[in-house]
Amino acid sequence: MSTRLAKGGRLIDRSAAVEFTFNGRRLQGYVGDTLASALMANDQMLVGRSFKYHRPRGLVASGAEEPNALVNLGTGARLEPNARATTTEVFDGLSASSQNHWPSLEFDVGVINNAIARFLPAGFYYKTFIHPRAAWKHVFEPFIRQSAGLGKAPKEGDADSYEHAYAFCDILIAGGGVAGLQAALIAASSGSRVMVLEQNAHWGGRAPVDGDVIGGVPAADWISDTIAVLGQMDNVTLRARCMVAGSYDHGYVLADEKVADHTPGDGRPKHRLWRIRAGRIISATGALERPLAFAGNDIPGVMLASAVRDYVVNHGVSPGDRTVVVTNNDDGYRTAIALRSVGLEVPLIVDARAEVTGELPARARALGIRITAGRAIVKVKGGKRVTGVCIGLQAGEGAVLEEVVCDAVAMSGGWSPVVHLFSHCGGKLIWDEDQAHFRPDAERAPTNQDGAAMVFAAGAANGALQGDLAMADAARVAGIVVQAAGRTSTAVAASAAPTPEAAMEPVWVMPQGAGPKLRMKMWLDFQNDVKVSDVQLAAREGYASVEHTKRYTTLGMATDQGKLSNINGLAVLAQALNDKIPNVGTTTFRPPYTPVPLGALAGESRGEIFQPLRRTPMHGWHEAAGAYLEPVGLWRRAYCYPRGGESHSEAVHREILNTRANVGLLDASTLGKIIVKGPDAGRFLDMLYTNVMSTLPVGKCRYGLMCNEQGFLSDDGVVVRLSEDTWLCHTTTGGAERIHGWMEDWLQCEWWDWQVYTANVTEQYAQIAVAGPKARALLEALGGMDVSKDALPFMGFAEGTLAGLPVRVYRISFSGELSYEIAVPASHGLALWEKLVAAGADLGVMPYGTEAMHVMRAEKGFIMMGDETDGTVIPQDLNLGWAISKKKADYLGKRGQERVYLARAERFKLAGFETLDGSVIPDGAYIIAPGVNGNGQRNTQGRVTSTYFSPTLGKGIAMGLITGGLDRLGDVVEFNTIAGGTVAAKVVDPVFYDKEGEKQNV
Amino acid sequence: MLILECPYCGVKAEETELAPGYEAHLKRYGPGSTDEEFEAYMFARKNPKGVHFERWRHAYGCGKWFLAARCTATLEVFGTYPAQLSAPPAEIIAKIKAKRPDWKGLK
Amino acid sequence: MSDPVSALGDANFEGFAAVHERGPLGMISLRAKSDVKGLAKAIKAAVGTPVPAPRRIVVKGEKAAGWMSPDEYILILPYDGTAAAMAAIADAMGSDHHLAAVVSDARAVFDVTGPKADQVLRKLMPVDFAALAPGELRRTRAAQVAAAVWAVDTGFRVVCFRSVAGYMMGLLSHSAKPGTELA
Repeated sequence: MSTRLAKGGRLIDRSAAVEFTFNGRRLQGYVGDTLASALMANDQMLVGRSFKYHRPRGLVASGAEEPNALVNLGTGARLEPNARATTTEVFDGLSASSQNHWPSLEFDVGVINNAIARFLPAGFYYKTFIHPRAAWKHVFEPFIRQSAGLGKAPKEGDADSYEHAYAFCDILIAGGGVAGLQAALIAASSGSRVMVLEQNAHWGGRAPVDGDVIGGVPAADWISDTIAVLGQMDNVTLRARCMVAGSYDHGYVLADEKVADHTPGDGRPKHRLWRIRAGRIISATGALERPLAFAGNDIPGVMLASAVRDYVVNHGVSPGDRTVVVTNNDDGYRTAIALRSVGLEVPLIVDARAEVTGELPARARALGIRITAGRAIVKVKGGKRVTGVCIGLQAGEGAVLEEVVCDAVAMSGGWSPVVHLFSHCGGKLIWDEDQAHFRPDAERAPTNQDGAAMVFAAGAANGALQGDLAMADAARVAGIVVQAAGRTSTAVAASAAPTPEAAMEPVWVMPQGAGPKLRMKMWLDFQNDVKVSDVQLAAREGYASVEHTKRYTTLGMATDQGKLSNINGLAVLAQALNDKIPNVGTTTFRPPYTPVPLGALAGESRGEIFQPLRRTPMHGWHEAAGAYLEPVGLWRRAYCYPRGGESHSEAVHREILNTRANVGLLDASTLGKIIVKGPDAGRFLDMLYTNVMSTLPVGKCRYGLMCNEQGFLSDDGVVVRLSEDTWLCHTTTGGAERIHGWMEDWLQCEWWDWQVYTANVTEQYAQIAVAGPKARALLEALGGMDVSKDALPFMGFAEGTLAGLPVRVYRISFSGELSYEIAVPASHGLALWEKLVAAGADLGVMPYGTEAMHVMRAEKGFIMMGDETDGTVIPQDLNLGWAISKKKADYLGKRGQERVYLARAERFKLAGFETLDGSVIPDGAYIIAPGVNGNGQRNTQGRVTSTYFSPTLGKGIAMGLITGGLDRLGDVVEFNTIAGGTVAAKVVDPVFYDKEGEKQNV
Repeated sequence: MLILECPYCGVKAEETELAPGYEAHLKRYGPGSTDEEFEAYMFARKNPKGVHFERWRHAYGCGKWFLAARCTATLEVFGTYPAQLSAPPAEIIAKIKAKRPDWKGLK
Repeated sequence: MSDPVSALGDANFEGFAAVHERGPLGMISLRAKSDVKGLAKAIKAAVGTPVPAPRRIVVKGEKAAGWMSPDEYILILPYDGTAAAMAAIADAMGSDHHLAAVVSDARAVFDVTGPKADQVLRKLMPVDFAALAPGELRRTRAAQVAAAVWAVDTGFRVVCFRSVAGYMMGLLSHSAKPGTELA
């Protein structure tokens, strides 16, 4: 059994006990424990179930590479699924539960999959869930959905907050192990701005566990001294609990800082996402130990050798009383020595190599540990826990020579550099034959904006695995980086005492001649249940590419992204294909290195500040009046103002009838307003609009259309001539920024010699439409300027004061009524609105919303950008030929509109529609034509673009596009309905109300 | 995420401060142009893997449009220059030729 | 005439830095090329400062002139002084090609103050504050909206569009929450 040792544990504070729960059991740990070490200390080696076969799963690793120990952390609004126990710091009150089992971890019904495992080989899903087709929707998919996923998604909103932060540095060092710290000392001494980020809560990485001696002192002492030195330097930033997730173009780096994972609810953000721009990046991310592929290597109690000694040395936890060590290299012996030195039993070291000669084996032997060379673990015995191992010849086929009783197995298959950050943005790898791993090729490093190398691997991440080599490599690489940054380092590099290691020997299958029965129990990917036999099957079935094999078998596609399985799987595939590993290639490493919570990616963008809500100066009034708001771009506009128990449509109808009978107020502040000024402004606007704006008299307004170069309508609005050289262009609400940018684009990039300036003054003014037969009376009630027909005629404007406020009043109408649009500086917008409401009480004034505005403009046959247009409509389609100048030699879109395709007779053109039964045509309905098209769908001859119930007329009205347009007046056509039927409608003039325009021109 | 130096204000802006504007150095064809000329102006884009000239606007900055010479394969930036130049400056052309000897030129 | 009302009416937040929305401030956007004869005279007459160098802001008491782009300046002054300043600009520029527009009401202004004020902004803006030059006016974005920022005595002044003042207040308050210091 696993337990807490009486002494030791360099990272834990035995005076600070904490209580936590696992699957409801109350357990005890210490500050400094990970959840994994605390579970192990409580003999909870079983931590989960595998994804496919639901096999019992125990802790394998001690860090980010852990494939099995994924837990649900917390509850309710603080539930986090798939949290890695090995990287979760334990704290008082932590609650965790295991995943992917039912009804319990100990007894899981899903394990039936294990019993039938040989019927569930690689590609099982692809092969099985194809026929019959109908079964997919009703049988297979529901079944797969039920069993898919590991943790459960939280149902409540996240109680925690998150944030982003930006940082800039010359040299970023990813990894605070001894290589990273060595590099940091050298980089920092050059005066460069240096950031050192470490994913764990503690600094120094593996060196203290491995017993390294640096600069003549134990590694732990050198580390704390170095951290103290770096911490004093102004040009150095140190951040622990901060995982570098990815490296990207031009030195962009994302890092995920676990600010308050271990102190939930203390008010700090749970995570902070660092968005860093680094001049150069040193990847000192270390190396990961590889498992060995022997039968039963997934049984709880079989662990990485490095993890076993991590738990012993760092946390004072024993994984078992009797641990068999199995290795193909000298480093594995460190685990045997570490176990023995705390008084635990190591009955046997199984070394796959025929000859064992190194210094570490000699030390193990001197401690009295039995070593057997050229041997293999044939299989592990046990179910939910290791009970023993069977030993045979590595060169053999699996004949058992000896059985050893044990409760843990420590395996070491050699080490693979963590090459992720080097690879993320294009760095290439080379195969190191001696150490049997891929390592970064400095000659083919990722490059930055200057074409120079940007990411530099150092230490174990660069293949310099042993302490002394790693320290030397980090010093060398840091020197190169400092020089590349054009600086000089003054630090003296520290060196580590050498511990010579004999060569490792690649072992991909153990024993090498194992038959199918054993291979079916040799796990490569523990989480996704991919075995040696699956990869070999994939190779036999023709999956020669590693990328295809990966997808076919799901090797490396679990949440650990193949950190343990990648190289082993690749090697097995290469063997099966009878090719060399570098020829088979490696898969692409993509960010993030370990999963980053969605909350961290969202950062501050939640709730009220999820996106920038734009508010007009009268926004608060609308809210207080109970308005129903609708999004228009990022604005929120009042759709209608329901009163009492009114429905929205009742409110809209009331607002329309009142505006047509009395007077209504519309908040039109969101309309775009752009000043265009200069000697060439008229010429410029003539290019921008389809009609002529240069001839507009001062003091007058004119409606204009803008098209893109293809000739399609892009925006519309009223243009006002403010003075001889100054125009004010109104745009649609959504068009303000876009049209301003469009103007600047042409002025800066095409006609830069024209003397024109623009200014976007959209938000300078609140704008209020006062519409209805009593509009004039209302303005006169406010007083201050002459708003009579003579002084201020239709399509004119005047400046003055109303109720003492400085205003500009335009006589323009989108409702068809007598209408004034009043612009007032935004700081006075609410004041003017309130004065209008108060002064209009006797006149029956009511605010109206955007829906009433839409219906009223449709009653008048006015088009709306985005309703009648969709980016494929030219003004001619909308019978707007009157707004297109025939005289102008050029305007934006003119050439596009001359394309013959746009002059075809069958082109859809605007007309009005009235249903024969007075009903409202459904939104989006098509006008059906005889016959069907090549896909068997009904042919169409047009579609509805605006359709409303008109309270003014008491019936449904619509505008739409139809082949022939107004030539079809009087025709009866059929629109489809959502219910599947059709509704008959007559083609009519789109101006339904006040065809002569008498009401607006009074 | 790219960094491009705005030639107008000198800010080394990151991509989120910029708005893209697609290929640079297009000649506008208006009324009177042939269908082929107009088609080429509207739709025919080089989209090269390698040396590329493109328009960017310093949208969250000084608001100016500028042009950039950039390698679309490696993201190396050869230089940025004002939008009012009808061809890249000589020093940028020289830099590209030095770094990409097999580059076939702007056309 | 009623008093002008800023977007948030003097909102405040006290965190590890103080956030304060300032009441309405006069602002004029002046567009002209830097070599236009009347420019220096116009800026002097409007706010009493010399023409700011590229990417700089010259502050003089309550007034200031900032460089926004090669042909755009922002002039800052008391809210009720814009009419006189506009007249002075028109007078100084004469027939020189330019555009001056009052934009006081189109903006919201925030002061973020305290020794750690920069940390609030470091969470929101892709700007290297350590490299910000003295007197530099930086136009950038704060999270999802455009902003301009420069250092003031005790912190920073941030200007954004009026319609997103609430969003900006939310951003600054979230980023200034007590206990969330970056260092």
